[in-house]
Amino acid sequence: MIRVVLPAHLRTLARVDGEVKVDVPGPATPRAVLDALEAHYPMLRGTIRDQVTQQRRAFIRFFACAGDLSHEPVDAPLPEAVAAGHEPFLIVGAMAGG
Amino acid sequence: MSTVRVLVGTRKGAFVLTADGTRERWDVAGPHFGGWEIYHVKGSPADPDRLYASQSSSWFGQVIQRSRDGGKTWESVGNKFVYDGPVGTHLWYDGTPRPWEFARVWHLEPSPGDPDTVYAGIQDAALFRSNDGGQTWQELPGLRTHESASAWQPGAGGLCLHTILLDPTQPARMFIAISAAGVFRTDDAGKSWRPMNRGLRSEQIPDPTAEVGHCVHRIAMHRSRPRVLFMQKHWDVMRSDDAGESWREVSGNLPSDFGFPIDVHAHEPETIYVVPIKSDSEHYLPEGKLRVYRSRTGGNEWEPLTKGLPQRDCYVNVLRDAMAVDALEPCGVYFGTTGGQVYVSANAGDSWMPIVRDLPSVVSVEVQTLP
Repeated sequence: MIRVVLPAHLRTLARVDGEVKVDVPGPATPRAVLDALEAHYPMLRGTIRDQVTQQRRAFIRFFACAGDLSHEPVDAPLPEAVAAGHEPFLIVGAMAGG
Repeated sequence: MSTVRVLVGTRKGAFVLTADGTRERWDVAGPHFGGWEIYHVKGSPADPDRLYASQSSSWFGQVIQRSRDGGKTWESVGNKFVYDGPVGTHLWYDGTPRPWEFARVWHLEPSPGDPDTVYAGIQDAALFRSNDGGQTWQELPGLRTHESASAWQPGAGGLCLHTILLDPTQPARMFIAISAAGVFRTDDAGKSWRPMNRGLRSEQIPDPTAEVGHCVHRIAMHRSRPRVLFMQKHWDVMRSDDAGESWREVSGNLPSDFGFPIDVHAHEPETIYVVPIKSDSEHYLPEGKLRVYRSRTGGNEWEPLTKGLPQRDCYVNVLRDAMAVDALEPCGVYFGTTGGQVYVSANAGDSWMPIVRDLPSVVSVEVQTLP
């Protein structure tokens, strides 16, 4: 199980409180986590990454284990602590726009 | 007794305002979708409890919400707006070609006969339709691929398709308006389109009489007389008596003919309303006075409506989709301001009262008249 922390607006949209947990078959990567997240919460499609290009939206960031993974390849393995469920994968709305 | 339900979109959420037919005491529900920009909320004429809302955010993109109970509860539906075929280019502000790119839904227009059919006007300008209650969206690409489209340029708010008028007497006929391309009409349910801008004159463009390139802010019609259209252009209030084939100016004695909304009285097709704004570089009211102007002659002769509206130190704006009328007798007129006030007149504009004074900046106002 991968633990995912969503920004407040997306928790409201997905109708969840706190962290969500998703099963990721195979290697834990940002792409695999987002695929699993969107499969379970289809209302999140298009709010984190573009539905056609799959590009991360400009004001979204991915953090984990005190690191910024936003610019890492989406198929790069996530830190072992995230893959093991010890640390969450953070989806963050960038501090932009005041 | 009838009731009215006012659907308000703001920069920070949606609100639903309800009252009985006297329109004196109001219940305010919301915010729905707090923190998100709500460009438009509109109900289905075929099923008034079916509402659609356009919810968007610079962070999280576009969401479409649907309600089946008049706005008490909502469910998110499809938000995938993909242009049909090669996207092509339009002109950017600097005159260079720029590929079409989806930004947001400006306007949702439910079909008069089927609550599951709804049209969406989007930025960058295109028309989409859903036949399954908003779950999936298909473009009507004939508009975006019109031969003039590569020369369309955005207005200050973006290249937005902001107005959709469905002709109640000819189901295959629709009018749409784009800033800053102008008005287009289809007579074959969206397969092909013709520009409908003859008679418009815009000094701000290289050819003031060009067939496309006019910054049309809004168009309106009375459903009993769909060949007569009224337009608030960037500058100029215009009228067409031949379904858009030609336009003539009816600004008359308005203090300024710049503005955004225009609407038609529910029972008097020659009675129309505008809210003049000082200028395109000063998007606020002239002289600090909030005045709705009414013409009972289909334009040219206008009277200021001020009773109950602030007449000093008021510098708000009223955006293009932020005015609506109900179907009661006497006709109710509603508008919302960028200062967060929503006003109602229960007597066709003779006097006004605020329903709410302190909402977030109002983007859109629609009204439903319920039995």
